[in-house]
Amino acid sequence: MVTTTDYDQIRASLQSVLSRHERSRNSLIPILHEVQDLFGHVPPAAIAPIAHRLSLSQAEVHGVVSFYSHFRLSAPGRHHITVCAGTACHVEGTPLLMRELRKLLRIEPGQRTADGLFSLSQIGCLGCCAMAPAIMIDGRIYPSVSPARLSAILTEYGFTKDVQTDEAA
Amino acid sequence: MKRLDQLTRQARAQWDALIRGDDPVVWVALGLCSQAAGADAVAQAMRDELTARGRQARFVRTGCMGLCYLEPTVIVRKPGCARIVYGPLDENSARRLVTECLLADGFCPDLAIGKIDADPPEDVPDLADHPVMRHQVRRVMQHCGLIDPEDLSHYLANGGYEAFRKALATPADQIVERLKESGLRGRSGGGFPVWRKWEFTRNAEGAQRYVLCNAHEGDPGAFSNKLLAESDPHAFLEGMLIAAFAVGATQGYIYMASEYPLAHQRVSTAIEQLRWAGLLGDDILGSGFSFDITLRSGAGVFISGEETAQIASIEGRRGAPAPRPPYPGQSGIAGAPTLVQNVETLANVPLIVARGGEWFRAVGTSGSPGTKAFSLSGRLARRGVFELPLGMGLSHVVNDVGGGARDEHPLKAVHTGGPPGGLLPANIEVPLDFDSMGETGSLMGSGGIIAIDDHTCVVDLARHFMEFAQDEACGQCVPCRNGNRVLLDILTGLTQGQGTPGDLDRLLELGNVVRLTSLCGLGQTAPNPILTGIRYFRSEFEAHLHGTCPAGVCPLSAPAEPLAEAAAS
Repeated sequence: MVTTTDYDQIRASLQSVLSRHERSRNSLIPILHEVQDLFGHVPPAAIAPIAHRLSLSQAEVHGVVSFYSHFRLSAPGRHHITVCAGTACHVEGTPLLMRELRKLLRIEPGQRTADGLFSLSQIGCLGCCAMAPAIMIDGRIYPSVSPARLSAILTEYGFTKDVQTDEAA
Repeated sequence: MKRLDQLTRQARAQWDALIRGDDPVVWVALGLCSQAAGADAVAQAMRDELTARGRQARFVRTGCMGLCYLEPTVIVRKPGCARIVYGPLDENSARRLVTECLLADGFCPDLAIGKIDADPPEDVPDLADHPVMRHQVRRVMQHCGLIDPEDLSHYLANGGYEAFRKALATPADQIVERLKESGLRGRSGGGFPVWRKWEFTRNAEGAQRYVLCNAHEGDPGAFSNKLLAESDPHAFLEGMLIAAFAVGATQGYIYMASEYPLAHQRVSTAIEQLRWAGLLGDDILGSGFSFDITLRSGAGVFISGEETAQIASIEGRRGAPAPRPPYPGQSGIAGAPTLVQNVETLANVPLIVARGGEWFRAVGTSGSPGTKAFSLSGRLARRGVFELPLGMGLSHVVNDVGGGARDEHPLKAVHTGGPPGGLLPANIEVPLDFDSMGETGSLMGSGGIIAIDDHTCVVDLARHFMEFAQDEACGQCVPCRNGNRVLLDILTGLTQGQGTPGDLDRLLELGNVVRLTSLCGLGQTAPNPILTGIRYFRSEFEAHLHGTCPAGVCPLSAPAEPLAEAAAS
């Protein structure tokens, strides 16, 4: 994954993505997917080159990026936690999982922890309804998660309660 | 044609060797959910145990059978014996399966779910007699969990692409006629007659035509299309080829939910294989028919499941729905006639082309013929994707297929049809089909059925749906953007003990306005959970007005957090 905020570097990495796609508006969403896979988010500095390539205004590109909840304009944490907010998961306790995650990580959905280790988001439905409630960390799905298990799961990804509390304090 | 003949012959020989040969075989269910349940660790434990004993077996990847509550599952076959399905396994029982079954004379009947074939052993019951299988009619799911979804030869060996070859030799109007005889209706929820869409698209003016497979499945609580795409992608791809041939399309798109990475990967692999086998591209099988497919990924927005919004997304625009008409069949992708069908609908097409409309109508009701893959979840004992004849009673599905409540807490309600659907009493007697369900105020929709018990508050659940509708609204039209906001505020007030006496009337009145005046399906159906909630569970709403939440969920009431205990146990 390329991590940079330098405009020229972003531009250089972008070129290989852009050159693989037709110069047509139809390519916009596939390009955004590739850009997000590359950088972990859609860097605001990438919007102008994409718009230029596809002969769109920057406002149009930004409008598309902000419409689709999959696309992020800011960098996620090193590990991204997605909590399923689908109906089956809600019924089986997603609100309690969210309460526990807020308590452990001290962030809201859409935010990143102070140490940059975790970011958090909610999603409409992961499609694992028969194993609710489910969460996904970096593409791995954890089924039937209880609030009590969360801290142990996060520890697999380097979570330490003391450090988090210290930083937040 | 010769190449495909040859591939099919080879595929049959290989398949025969697999299910009747002299090597022990282990099929491992590897859907996204099976993997989440620990399928990889189970397979690894079996491999390790075999290696430790200096023995070998053939391992084959499959999708899954839809028995989510029994995952991880494997199928084991020893020479001369039936294929037996085992689950739910852990690493210990997986090792036991190796030592006591694969490498010994036993069959571990205590771990078995059932056997697939009639061969021995006698002491393992037939899978078809299992309570969760007994009521099913497996058509679109016939191969799910039995074949490797990433191996075209498995599909070819089981009759794959024969219907497409038959279609290539049939005039297009006769294919449409056959669909008309079948009475197939769209499986994404609308239930529109499929043949009419095909005929409309076929006859629309345009040099270029498209087929768009809607694999977005945004409804929370519906996961049957995910299962079909992960477990048997060629089934709907074959339907897509037949559809393209019948309507005269040369280019296809599949719009896949971004939440389904494994389905995306498997469909992508299947498309590559089709190109390799000469079933996609120019002049397919020397017929003069040319067609190719582009796989697109959605971007996490519910409304992208609506056909005009999906087309906008493919065209690189914000996915806001457009007023219809014009319908996509007339003016879709790039203004060209576009046939939009979902995964399950397309998977039914090869079966109808191969076996005929009369065969198709042999199950289901006269108005809703055929089967539907239902997604059962929530507090049911048996959860997963089960393919059932349309018209089966909802309480029969909940109690006999789903096994009723999972524990001592009785079921209170079932939510059907995703966010556009509604809440119904758990014991309601209504046939599950397109038309009867609409009369209850709920919907069959895409087939999601979520059972809830007394741990769940109906008002809180209605609020949850309203929050979802609010989050997912595109913001174009006033009733949905503003009306749903007001509905959400009233519900939030109720759950926080700030309800006022006129609230229920306001919810009903405004809910009906939003229902009747919104631009697209999202707004038109968003108030359904409230309207059905008040219709069937009025007393629970009224209790909130008097400061109590019978389920103990809403912050206004005691006892505090009974749900926390349930979730932790």
